[in-house]
Amino acid sequence: MDITAQLVTSFIAAAGFGILFNAPKNALIQCGLIGMIGWILYYLLSANGLDVVPSTILAAMLVAILSYVCSKIYRMPIIIFHVSGIIPLVPGGSAYDAMRHFVINDYYTAVQLSSKVMLLSGGIAIGLMFSEVISQIVRKFAATKR
Amino acid sequence: MEKKVSIEQVCVLAGKIMLQSGAETYRVEDTMNRIATAFGVKNPQSYATPTGINFAVDVAEETYFLRITTRSTDLHKVAEVNTISRSITAGELNLREAFSSLIEVDNDGLLYHAWIRIIVAAFVSGCFTIMFGGVWNDFIPALVAGGFGYAGMLGVDRLLEIRFVSEFLGAVIIGFITVICIYTGIGKEMDKIIIGGVMPLVPGLLITNAVRDLISGHLVSGLSKGIEASITAFAIGAGIAAIIAFA
Repeated sequence: MDITAQLVTSFIAAAGFGILFNAPKNALIQCGLIGMIGWILYYLLSANGLDVVPSTILAAMLVAILSYVCSKIYRMPIIIFHVSGIIPLVPGGSAYDAMRHFVINDYYTAVQLSSKVMLLSGGIAIGLMFSEVISQIVRKFAATKR
Repeated sequence: MEKKVSIEQVCVLAGKIMLQSGAETYRVEDTMNRIATAFGVKNPQSYATPTGINFAVDVAEETYFLRITTRSTDLHKVAEVNTISRSITAGELNLREAFSSLIEVDNDGLLYHAWIRIIVAAFVSGCFTIMFGGVWNDFIPALVAGGFGYAGMLGVDRLLEIRFVSEFLGAVIIGFITVICIYTGIGKEMDKIIIGGVMPLVPGLLITNAVRDLISGHLVSGLSKGIEASITAFAIGAGIAAIIAFA
């Protein structure tokens, strides 16, 4: 039951962000699916006791691979699929939380939370770099084979 | 007789549309260089930052400059420019055709009407509340708060051209509705409702793009996008805090 709710809500959230970011209409379903799969991986990993930073890195890697495949199939820039796919993973909630603690003078918690935001966005960046690594390897491999 | 279209005009226009639509800096430079190379330029030089573009067809040639003042996220335009640049590289468009189709893309309005975006933002807020472990009781309060917050942000954005103020007021509206819901007993967990409600406003894309630009060596763009993201986060946090302080 719980996992069904997570699947449905993450699909709506990711596809909805596609609309907020004006993604092309024929890419919305793919955006939602990528966001859903990435979020479910993150959710399962972190629910089973893995720390949030490695879970985010792994989920972002999965999102990167799926976006790479989609961008090749549908011939669209990869950023369209990236953005909605990683939005559920982005530490927007923690960033807001950190700022809220800053403005109520709770600096200890605020600095802790901001470092976590830094780590999480770094993790997402590492995951996304992974797609670039794949695409370069594929290109080099295809070039040497020819 | 129409004025002659130059390679620089086409490249700078393509770069401008992409930067204003929230494409990554390296993609903007890459696209401008590809278009220039397709028109026979040997050594194109481009330098893009979130606030301006420089472009020259060769190292010691005249440099064209363009100031970027507004930035938003409009992936549909990024995709359109990408398609145009692909057909330029394939040799299907000449300079004049490329320029006129780029102008068409530049004048395109938003793909979805404001009402649709507000309703979508409302549902996104509700869904995020559930995803972050909220209870179903909080779905409706988050939906209402997120929808009105996003609508407020869009409305103020149209009235005043200061992003900080519109994001601040959007967060104030979200905080206000959440506090009312908690007081009347409709909502259960204040933090979950607020986090869900502010999700359509938070600069998640900017944070990630900033780190990505930094890692790939675009230091100026990375830093300025990071600052933009933290200003937005500050506006949202301050808006919520203003309400919590009085509640």
